[in-house]
Amino acid sequence: MNGLIEFFQYLGKNWADLLALTFEHIVMVVIGMGIALVIGILLGIISSKNERLASIILAVANLIQVFPSLALLTVLMLFFGLGSSTVVIALVLYSLLPIIRNTYVGLKEVDASTTQAGTGLGMNTWQVLFKVQLPLSVPFLLAGVRIAMVISIGVAALAPFIGGGGLGTTIYSGINLRDPMQIYSGALVAAALAILADYLLGKAQKKFDKSKA
Amino acid sequence: MITLKNVYKQYDDGFEALKNINLTCEDGEITVLIGPSGCGKTTTLRLLNRLINPTKGKVLIDDKDISEINPVTLRRSIGYVIQHIGLFPHMTIASNIGVVPRLLKWDKQSITKRVDELLDLVGLEPETYRSRYPSELSGGQQQRIGVARALAAEPSIILMDEPFSALDPISREQLQDELVRLQKEIKKSIVFVTHDMDEALKIADKIILMKDGEIVQQGKPEELLRRPANDFVKNFIGQKRLEKVEEIPVAKEVMIRKPVTTYPRRGLAEAMNAMEKKQVDTLVVIDEEHQLKGYVSIYDVLREYQDENKRVDDIYQPFEHTIGPETLLSDAVVIFNESKTGYLPVITDDNKLIGLITRGTIVGYLGDVYPSVGNGGV
Ligand SMILES: Nc1ncnc2c1ncn2[C@@H]1O[C@H](COP(=O)(O)OP(=O)(O)O)[C@@H](O)[C@H]1O
Ligand SMILES: [Mg+2]
Repeated sequence: MNGLIEFFQYLGKNWADLLALTFEHIVMVVIGMGIALVIGILLGIISSKNERLASIILAVANLIQVFPSLALLTVLMLFFGLGSSTVVIALVLYSLLPIIRNTYVGLKEVDASTTQAGTGLGMNTWQVLFKVQLPLSVPFLLAGVRIAMVISIGVAALAPFIGGGGLGTTIYSGINLRDPMQIYSGALVAAALAILADYLLGKAQKKFDKSKA
Repeated sequence: MITLKNVYKQYDDGFEALKNINLTCEDGEITVLIGPSGCGKTTTLRLLNRLINPTKGKVLIDDKDISEINPVTLRRSIGYVIQHIGLFPHMTIASNIGVVPRLLKWDKQSITKRVDELLDLVGLEPETYRSRYPSELSGGQQQRIGVARALAAEPSIILMDEPFSALDPISREQLQDELVRLQKEIKKSIVFVTHDMDEALKIADKIILMKDGEIVQQGKPEELLRRPANDFVKNFIGQKRLEKVEEIPVAKEVMIRKPVTTYPRRGLAEAMNAMEKKQVDTLVVIDEEHQLKGYVSIYDVLREYQDENKRVDDIYQPFEHTIGPETLLSDAVVIFNESKTGYLPVITDDNKLIGLITRGTIVGYLGDVYPSVGNGGV
């Protein structure tokens, strides 16, 4: 009980700093997610059109995914140096698999007769893709984004190890200073962020599912 | 007019799906492609909008080789209804129907207007259905939307691939009836694929029966029923239907072979005279080449009789209905029932009069066939 009061007192004193760090955290995640979406959807589309490429692309994305996050960050640091941009690269890499895979599955799941109707009515390949296939795979894509988002928020907390910012900063300095309040605050806000993102994306997913079911 | 000339189709896996297909589909008619599953109906249909290209041979629409038309452009000018309906689940009914007009960049207002028009045409209240999603509609309603979508950009050709086969029997019959009614209004060239003979007989102007990638027989439903080319056709049509047809006579068997006729240039007194002599109240008007012009009735003659200058040419009226020599008597009865006409002239394809059927002819025929009907009861 005491600890809780102490924690809120800490939050009360340091909220401005925490807010700035939270913002930094979100920015890294959002930029990473944005880039991952562009690359991932593209690779997902390519995969859906070519099974041979699909198996290669998915295998590579899978390989990246199983790489331990601290190890990946360190390797990336060797190539790209210290700083937040290296963190963003890591976030992109981690987000790729769920996005590629879900785009791929989403496109594959679109009913063949629906696609056929599009072509038969006179849509060209792009129109079928953008007006029929992609819109219909949005619920799948959202599920992928949801997974990627939660992973990214977690991985971004490791940013300070390679010179990045965000909520990891308070955790990191809390460890150094043996100040549990700092550790808690960073960890709890990051967790809250992840839960919030998961919740919102879950809602969005439901909404899309409803309009199509 | 759609023409297929010596068309072969070999799929990538080497399977020869079509062998030397020759056929024509006339404008404004429903041509039905029928045959057992896998005989190549869908393949044939898809040749028409270039979803498939022939390996050999030509597909012509209005004498133009469609291999020279951009497939996307071609498809936008041809309506297409598929078996699994294939509505876009993420679009409202209105957006679904408006797909092709949007691709053709019609302005918004015309699209909205057209969508409402089409919803009315297929019997769905625009107010109610416009902004619904396909999943909120029954199967029958969905396929109505499928048909509306195919009609949206006013194509003159519509392709339908087993459009009603996934529906329950009641909706299926309903949609067949509606298609027949609709076709009277819109007069499109429809190519319709089915494997259901009842459906084909109900809607077809022409039936093309296929087997193993070849055409076994093509012609009017009547011709297939009366003169099945071989045992396969007989089996496919079904013995029951053939027997039914054999019992019913056709027009040329029961018609009056020498109806009382007159020529346009005859005067009214002459006409009157002919009627008196032959004891009839109506004369069929033909020209010197025996081409059917119409009829004059005794009432018309009497009304105009005072005017000595009037001739048959001035007062004759065209027949509302005519039939061919092979028309079933049962079909003639339907026409009598549905119209006020008392006479059906029997003409050849080139409009030459060869006989006449009256209500009296039918009664007379039934009297011959069922001489003792009704003498037991009451
Ligand atoms: N893309 C394809 N590749 C190879 N064979 C095919 C292909 N599409 C259809 N076929 C074969 O061609 C034949 C005719 O098919 P289809 O025209 O769909 O028949 P139907 O519509 O009369 O049932 C079938 O035996 C089918 O297996
Ligand atoms: Mg088929």
